This record gives sequence, structure tokens and C-alpha cells, in this order.
Amino acid sequence: MRANCWMGKTMVSVQDVPDPQILNQRDAIVKISSTAICGSDLHLYNAFIPTMVAGDILGHEFMGEVVEVGREVTNLAVGDRVVVPFPISCGRCFFCKQQMFSLCENSNPNAWMGEKMFGHAAAGIFGYSHLTGGYAGGQAEYARVPFADVGPIKVPSGLTDEQVLFLSDIFPTGYMGAEMCDIKPGDTIAIWGCGPVGQFSIRSAFLLGAERVIAIDMVPERLQMAQAGGAETINYNETNVYEALMEMTGGRGPDACIDDVGMEAHAPGAIHAYDRIKQAMMLETDRPHALREAIMCCRNGGIISVIGVYGGVIDKFPIGSVMNRSLTIRTGQAHVQRYMRPLLQLIENGDIDPSFVVTHTMSLEDAAHGYEIFKHKQDNCIKVVLKPGMNGRASTMAREDDTIIH
Amino acid sequence: MAARQQDTSLSNATNYSSQRFQPGLPSENGKRLARGLGWFSLGLGITELLAPKFIASISGVSPRRTGMIRLYGLREIASGIGIFAQKNPAQAMWSRVAGDVMDLTSLGIACTAPDAKTGRITFATANVLAVTALDVIAAKQLSGGKKGVHASASCIVNAQPEEVYRFWREFTNLPRFMEHLESVTELGEGRSHWIAKGPAGMKVEWDAMIVADEPGRVITWRSLENSDVDNAGAVRFEAAAGGRGTIIKVNIQYNPPGGVVGATVAKLFGEEPNQQLEDDLRRFKQVIELGEVVVSDATIFGVGYFDQRPAQPPAPGELERAESLPPQVPAGERPLGRSAEEPFAGRRIQQ
Ligand SMILES: NC(=O)c1ccc[n+]([C@@H]2O[C@H](COP(=O)([O-])OP(=O)(O)OC[C@H]3O[C@@H](n4cnc5c(N)ncnc54)[C@H](O)[C@@H]3O)[C@@H](O)[C@H]2O)c1
Ligand SMILES: [Zn+2]
Ligand SMILES: [Zn+2]
Repeated sequence: MRANCWMGKTMVSVQDVPDPQILNQRDAIVKISSTAICGSDLHLYNAFIPTMVAGDILGHEFMGEVVEVGREVTNLAVGDRVVVPFPISCGRCFFCKQQMFSLCENSNPNAWMGEKMFGHAAAGIFGYSHLTGGYAGGQAEYARVPFADVGPIKVPSGLTDEQVLFLSDIFPTGYMGAEMCDIKPGDTIAIWGCGPVGQFSIRSAFLLGAERVIAIDMVPERLQMAQAGGAETINYNETNVYEALMEMTGGRGPDACIDDVGMEAHAPGAIHAYDRIKQAMMLETDRPHALREAIMCCRNGGIISVIGVYGGVIDKFPIGSVMNRSLTIRTGQAHVQRYMRPLLQLIENGDIDPSFVVTHTMSLEDAAHGYEIFKHKQDNCIKVVLKPGMNGRASTMAREDDTIIH
Repeated sequence: MAARQQDTSLSNATNYSSQRFQPGLPSENGKRLARGLGWFSLGLGITELLAPKFIASISGVSPRRTGMIRLYGLREIASGIGIFAQKNPAQAMWSRVAGDVMDLTSLGIACTAPDAKTGRITFATANVLAVTALDVIAAKQLSGGKKGVHASASCIVNAQPEEVYRFWREFTNLPRFMEHLESVTELGEGRSHWIAKGPAGMKVEWDAMIVADEPGRVITWRSLENSDVDNAGAVRFEAAAGGRGTIIKVNIQYNPPGGVVGATVAKLFGEEPNQQLEDDLRRFKQVIELGEVVVSDATIFGVGYFDQRPAQPPAPGELERAESLPPQVPAGERPLGRSAEEPFAGRRIQQ
């Protein structure tokens, strides 16, 4: 089959690889109809997450048709149309039982790597480094889906791929970011990052009863999309975020702040929210700029919800601000399985149509192009959907990539 | 009265001391050397993680191998942290030695890559050799000449101590999760015959007998005369706090003989025997809770550094070579874990 492989820093290439097969009894094989590129993939693309090996198949947001099931999978049948959640979760361990699916104790065969790096390992994830298990990802024609009796959900044929695909990650992720804010009527929620995840946090915050959502980014079309979702916006490149937020909230600060940016935050240009932060952040390799700013801006006793991915250690973490002002930090890889069914219900009810976030649809063969425009935010790119079945626009480009790599 | 009762309960609380192997008192010199190398590990590890290209360029390795260099970075950081964190740094020191051997091997491999710069590789190799010499001296000083291989590990599983005990007591189950065991045959009267897989098709065999056997609590065993390798093991089962399943603690001691068999045994249990046993117990937990060992594309040849293959589906030929693939589960066999039968039910959002 064809699959998009990580070949080194900022190098991906669509190559011929063996077809997947059933390895465990609860596996299913899914023929992929749509798969997306995520901000998390950019961390791998930019080589910020260690333990990648050349040839790793990328992709953790995918859906398609079940073409084969293992002996123990009784809830799915060949022909079912399913969306697959990105965490790989057994459904039976201590954490799965508590619906903390991204912490599954059984799905990560390389758990020792996580133990060395983080003290304890988290669940396996599709196409997301060897640290999270070393599973082939879903930017491919087919994927092997372990624990198919727990993860994938069937979706009704009346909904398009684009309406349900994001149940695999960014809708539940954005939703969990908002849910962790414990939103009460009248709350004001500030959200750093208007990428695809941020967009879903904005809409979820309103769904959960927020009165005001203030979204922060510098990319004009992303800010526009945030406004279309009902948010007030701050362009951090033009405006001092701290001052703007204090002005908008009478100096108290937002009730909760969501970091939907993660480890590759940009530092704003000429103006800085806070001079002392500025100094520190200039020294960073891991760039927790948005996180620091979110902490400084949050109101006393408020909640910091960290959904953006961090990989290692950060410097100049304002723990004094967190401690002295009774802040709560909540975080985690999304426990996607927990949210898929209820959020599918919202889509079916017409409360939200997740397809709004898609700006580009292209052939799987054009994955390298997709990564480039998503990374550099070219051509107003916000979310790329790859279709394995579609004819490649840039098949010549893909071939050039191959010759560079071999 | 109540206060006095509290006092009693306090004094009943025990200070936990690990049942893990504690070698003799390390010498001060060895400790100091180890700490210095610890800093080196942390520094090198972080550089390898963050700037693999840089490391590749100063050591002449092809920049395409930066993924591996990052992996080494992880190992360096781990052994660096290990050296600082352990009261007796001997084990972490040996992991450094293992790491050095790994570096040397891969520099050897790198020499054969077409775009490798041989001059720089020679320089890097000389550096690694110098560090290896230091590592070996430090590790020897710290270990105080204690012979044999000791491994210990623990895990927690979602099943009752009696169930877990029963599964373990059936020694023929052990090869289902112990990577290096090929088979265990019951001979009756508490005796069994064990065959372990060595490198290059070598086999190591021994007869063992049960020494202690308390249902739901503990099993200990040791090898009998005429064994290829003198060994003993103990597994304890404790009910976890709050009724959250069973804590399993395993200790295994091997005293390898000299010669070829000794070398084979040393290879078998590697330079990080605790790690290997921990990985075995992880698979044990999977077998208890899920009924089979979980495999990913990268780990069909095992979970170690050098076992990792790209996260791509295996080709049919590769699958046949994959010894660590889960053995076929007998049809209809259910996992033991008491939670196994309860299906997961989706949750509604509370608005
Ligand atoms: N926790 C999870 O389960 C989970 C799941 C999916 C994605 N993520 C993470 O969420 C983050 C966002 O993902 P995405 O797909 O939206 O990626 P993205 O890269 O498209 O979005 C990040 C956005 O943040 C903006 N940004 C950068 N620096 C900023 C700053 N200083 N202040 C405000 N905005 C800033 C960028 O302009 C961009 O629009 C990533 O870190 C991703 O890894 C987490
Ligand atoms: Zn994602
Ligand atoms: Zn689990």
C-alpha cells in the first residue's frame, strides 16, 4: 500500500510499504477514506519529539471502512464505516476503566522509553514516535487498529467524512481543553492558539456555557475563523496580550486559560506582554511562551488547561505565580474515546458541523505539500485532509522527494 | 485514647526498604567518578536529543541517522539521571557501559555508510573508547566484585492474588510473556524442565524445583544439579491497597558458569536485567488483563533499542522471523482480569 513516511527532519515521503495485517485478536484493518494532518504531526515533522525512526508511517487522525476483523472483535463487521480515536486503549486496565484512555497501561509496548523520559509511560498512539508504542499511522491506504472493540465508532452514512473525521482527535481534544476549565455561567475563557484545536476549543467553550471567549493568534485567517465561531480576538503580534486581556476583564483576568499552542509557540514581534517573560523566553529551545503568558494572565484561583503538546523540560516556569495565586493546572493527551459518542450526538443534532475547519483537501500522494503549507500557513491553510483514493496533483513532486531520500 | 491509638498505628507503619539487590558498599572513588560521568551523560544526552544533527556532524555519522542519535540521547539522559538518583550507582554505571558498547557498534555501522566521514568517525570512536575505559573502571569499583546476575521488578495487575498466583504456578504459562524462555515442562512433584533461547540458536537448559509454595502469596524455585546455569527465583503476590488488584514482585538470581555457556547467559540477560524483567512483567500484565501480548509494528522483534524497526507493517517474511509475536491464544480463552468482562460504555456529556 501507499503510506506517508517520516524520513527525517521536515522530510516526509509517500512510499510503497507492506499492507497491514491482524497481529492481535482484537485488531481490525481499516481501509482509509480520509486522514488529516495535525499540529502534533508538525512536532514530529520538525523533529521536536525524539524516538522517530526513518520510515515511520505518520498520521493519527483517520477514518474509513472496516475490511477485516480479529477473532475477538464482535461489535464491528466488515463494511462498517468507522472513525478511529488517536489513543490506542485496551478498555480494561485501571486507567481505561476510569476513562483515562490516553493513559492506557497495556497499549504501549515501548513503555520503558516513556518511563525513562517521563517517569511513567502513557498509552500507545498511532504514528506518533516509538515513545508512544511505535504503531504505524493512518496517513496511508490501510491501517491496523488494535482494540477495535473499544476505540473506533460507527458513523451514520448521512454525515460526510469531513463532518465526522475530527472525532478522531481535534474535536474531542478541543472539547476536553474547554471541559477542563470547569466552565460556569458567565465565565470568560481565553484561548491561546487558533489552529484547528483552538477552533474546536472556542466552539466547545460556548457549548459548555462560556459567556465570552477571547482567542489569541497572529494569523489573520485563523483569527477570522475564531470570530466566526463567536470569539473576540487578540492578534499577539500587534497587541500586548496581557494588557489587552486585563483591559477586557477589568484587570481581573480570564476565569480560565487554554494553551492550544504547545511546544513550538512563537514569540511575538516588537511588543511583549511582559518584559521579564520576554528575557527568559529568548533563551528557550522548547518554547513554552503561550503557557507562561496564559499563567500570568489567568485570574486568581483560575484554571490553566494545557492541551498543546510538550515533549520534555521547560525553563523559567512561573511556578510562583501558580502557587501564590491558587491556580490549577490541568492537562493531558485527549481521552478521545470518552467524548466520541456524545460529540457525534452533537453533530447529528446539528449543534456543530466540524467540517468548517477544512481548508485543503488533497490526495495522500501530496502529503509532503500538505505538510509544507500547513507548517508555513501558506495559502490560508488551516486544516489539510488527505484522501488515499484521490489522484495526486503533485505526483511529480512526490517522485522528486523519493529520489532525494533513497 | 484515640490519640494513643493513632500513635500505635504510626509505630506499626514500616519503613519500606526495597527488596532489590543491594551490592556491597561502593568505594568513594568509584562514586565520585560515577557522578562526573553522570553529568557527562546528562549533557551529552540533552545535546543528542536537541541537536542530533550537530552530534552527527562532529562525529561524522550520516545526518540521516539522527533518529537513532536521539534514541541514544534518551539513554544517556536515563543513565545520567540513574547515576544521580541511585544510592548505589553501580547499576546505572553498567548501563553506561552498555551504552558505550552500543555507541561503538553503531559507529562501526556508520563507517560503512557511503556518506560517512571516516576521519571524524575515528576521532569519535577514540573518544567513546576513552569513556568506555572510565565506565568499566567505575562499574568494577562500584560492584565490589559481586558475581552473578540479579534482576528484580514489580507490576500491578487488575486481578485477585489467587488468580494471578494460579496462572504463575502453572510454569508452562511463563514462556507466554518471558521473552527468553522457550518452554517449561512440568515433570511432576514440584519439578520442571526449563529451556531458554540463547543468541545464534543456542539453548540453555535446566531442571528446577519449587522451594516454597504458598497459594496466593509466594512461589520460589531453584535449579537442580546439572543445570547449564545455576539460578533461583521468587515471585510474591500482594493484594494492592483498596482492592485494586495484585502487586507482583519478582526476584531472579543467575550465577552463570564460565566459558561459552556463561557468555551465552550473560548475552541472554543483557546488560540491563531489571529492564528485561520489567518488560516481561509488562507482557505478563497484558496476558492477565487482555489474554495476549500486545505488539506494535516497531516491536515485533522485541522492545529494546536495537529491536526497533520502523513503524510500518511487517512484510510476510519479517513476521516469520518475529519470535516475540504473541503465541496463538487458544480459541475461546478469556483473560483472567476480573474487569475483563465489563464492556466500556460511552459517557454522556453533563451539560
Ligand atoms: N492534548 C492532545 O491530545 C492534543 C491533540 C491534538 C493536538 N494537540 C496539540 O495542540 C496544539 C495545537 O494543534 P493544532 O493542530 O491546532 O496546531 P497548529 O500548529 O495549527 O496551531 C497552533 C497555533 O498557535 C499559534 N501560536 C503560535 N504561537 C503563539 C503564541 N505565542 N500565542 C498565541 N498563539 C500562538 C499559531 O499561529 C497556530 O495558529 C499542538 O501542540 C498539538 O500538538 C494536542
Ligand atoms: Zn492530532
Ligand atoms: Zn487500557
